[in-house]
Amino acid sequence: MAETTLAPPEVQAETLLDSNELVLNMGPQHPSTHGVLRVILKLDGETVLGTDCVIGYLHRGVEKIAENRTFQQFAPYVDRMDYVAAVSNGLGYCMAVEKLLDVEIPPRAQAVRVILTELNRLASHLLWLGTHALDIGAITPVFLCFREREEVLKIFENYCGARLTTHAFRIGGLQYETYDTFEKECLEFCDLMEQKLKEYHDLLTGNRIWVRRTKGVGILNAADCKDYGVTGPLIRAAGVEWDLRKAQPYCGYENYDFDIPTAETGDTFDRYMVRMEEMVQSCRIIRQAVDALPEGPIKGKVGKVIKPPPGEAYVSIEAPKGELGYYVVSDGSLNPYRVRVRPPSFVNLGALDKMCRGSLVADVVAIIGTIDIVLGEVDR
Amino acid sequence: MEQLLANPYVPPLILTAVIILVFPLIAGYIVLAERKVLADLQVRLGPMRVGPYGVLQPLADALKLMLKEDVIPSKSDKWIFWLAPVLSTFTALSAFAVLPLSDRFFVADVNIGILFILAMSSIGALGLILGGWSANSKYSLMGSLRAAAQMVSYEVPLGFATVTAIMCAGTLSMQGVIASQFERGVWGAFDNYGLMLIPTVLFIIAGTAETNRAPFDLPEAESELVAGFHTEYSGFRWALFFLAEYAAIVVISALCVTLFFGGWLRPFPNVAALEMPLNTLFPAGLFALIALGCSKGVFRQFLVGFRLVMAALTGLFLLVAAAFVLPVVNELMIGLFWFAFKLAAMVYLFIWYRGTFPRFRYDQLMDVGWKWLIPISMFGLILNAFVQLMGRGYGLG
Repeated sequence: MAETTLAPPEVQAETLLDSNELVLNMGPQHPSTHGVLRVILKLDGETVLGTDCVIGYLHRGVEKIAENRTFQQFAPYVDRMDYVAAVSNGLGYCMAVEKLLDVEIPPRAQAVRVILTELNRLASHLLWLGTHALDIGAITPVFLCFREREEVLKIFENYCGARLTTHAFRIGGLQYETYDTFEKECLEFCDLMEQKLKEYHDLLTGNRIWVRRTKGVGILNAADCKDYGVTGPLIRAAGVEWDLRKAQPYCGYENYDFDIPTAETGDTFDRYMVRMEEMVQSCRIIRQAVDALPEGPIKGKVGKVIKPPPGEAYVSIEAPKGELGYYVVSDGSLNPYRVRVRPPSFVNLGALDKMCRGSLVADVVAIIGTIDIVLGEVDR
Repeated sequence: MEQLLANPYVPPLILTAVIILVFPLIAGYIVLAERKVLADLQVRLGPMRVGPYGVLQPLADALKLMLKEDVIPSKSDKWIFWLAPVLSTFTALSAFAVLPLSDRFFVADVNIGILFILAMSSIGALGLILGGWSANSKYSLMGSLRAAAQMVSYEVPLGFATVTAIMCAGTLSMQGVIASQFERGVWGAFDNYGLMLIPTVLFIIAGTAETNRAPFDLPEAESELVAGFHTEYSGFRWALFFLAEYAAIVVISALCVTLFFGGWLRPFPNVAALEMPLNTLFPAGLFALIALGCSKGVFRQFLVGFRLVMAALTGLFLLVAAAFVLPVVNELMIGLFWFAFKLAAMVYLFIWYRGTFPRFRYDQLMDVGWKWLIPISMFGLILNAFVQLMGRGYGLG
């Protein structure tokens, strides 16, 4: 076996003796880096002096693939980026192409889009909650969360046949009409969710260990959030009321009555509370959207062949993890000239080092969990 | 035969052999119980494939672990790497020697029994430290450092709680502690007008930390350190560490039961009226209920093997239930039954924690240990000593 020592053993021993620093390689195969993230930690004992993220283990060149696919063909690919919030991805991409085409989306399609996107937000937050709790050592919530997430996935399955990478929307509206019991199932799920959220609060929020593990850990204040371009629950937990659904409403979000939960300090506990409250708000939005679901067509006036006029469009939406932006350039042909994604996971992950410095090894996994990354989206 | 059994060395040797041979199986079934109880807490089924309801899972696991390739990292300190799991298992199992399983079944009733157990569990920590150190892996090293710090700090409150109980009982012998609880007519936990509850609770908390169980499972914190001190271990060596961990759980639980919950005594040992219901009806009824539960499996399933195994289990538990009605068997086994029953309750508690609590952080663990548990345990000791003294009317002796 080849020896891979950089320095002769004496020198190595000397440097080891000289410093208390330990370089620990965490991942890409590690139980709690949420996929194939690799973090190189520089430690002094258990205290983190610095972190270095190595990404790209899941890079598939999604943006480049777009250039060789037609506009419709590329739509399913975006589901594979943030695969736990595939619906949001699909929405962002469809909206960007629709902006290029300048097409009007019928109100029914808008409302169904809102319902499915919010359901997906719930599914994404449930997965986050389960894995985050698992990272901190609470092994039970993950099963409870998956139990509820299953109900969301069932609704997706009934609607479009797929559970995870749904490809639920089409450019111009929807492909499928909702099924008979769609409204009933959505409302039932909202009831169930509100009931089960209490269960999660019982398990975690009041638990002293949980509070001690999350309060004051990985603080990222509002100024830092803005510096790093961090969005989503992270910036809201720092006290900035920034939610694209309110700030620049799309899909008719302006018609629904909901609050933007915020917190003060921007620590892990605040982010936890913000996300928990967001789930309640999502239920509120789903209820309103289902109650006022208009009748009508589900697809706008788009042809079989989608060939947008030359130009460019940037659309950003509030995905569960933050601001998800799609920048699509058309040269007038069948294929997009360029697609660029602004993934919330990737941008938020940039703040990892800032959040981790000075904390302990155990906090690093808590912080990775609280950023809520999906490596499919980070690497694309 | 009679003559052989009369030899003072023979029965303990037989019992030792039985413990060493049977305990791995028991540990396997504790693991199964843990998986099943956790599954129940987590709305799932747990092992269901190997045997009916997964009852043969431990055997399959053991077989798999024994057949697994034995990997020793090339840069490890091989002798210590070999020694560490052996040391852990040896110390954990040797602590069984002084456990009073019942009034008849015990290997040895040593006059320093409790001291021996504490000593063995301290040496057991060495196994963890050496195992993590010798593997020459950073994760293992951090795990073993954590183990060292944790075990040293939590042995102090554990010791104080134990000392309080010993003070109450006036002896270091395990059988002596139980005898004194019988004489005082109350379980150790409720002695001194309930003040003994302080060391009882502390003992359970510190005992959980001492055995590296959740929420104090930092040395093997899965989400942080992959597997902590046993990251580099695999196959049978890993199984030995696991065996040691479960042996430690049983020993700590047994110590807790002995010191604070009356050991093999039935509840209310001095109330003669409860003799019949507690010593005959309760065990017989309990095993009959288990048999009833098993019998459902006989009729509900269609697989022949499944029904046969369930029928065998039903018969077995019915037989045990019937045996407890026979005075001869009852007299022989009732102590063992109560000891096992209380032990099982303690083990259940350990599993329950694991399903409920998140994990402590390293600094918080030290915080809780040094700033809370140790002062409280010292306070509990002094308070109990004072009450004890008052109770004796200032008389010493």
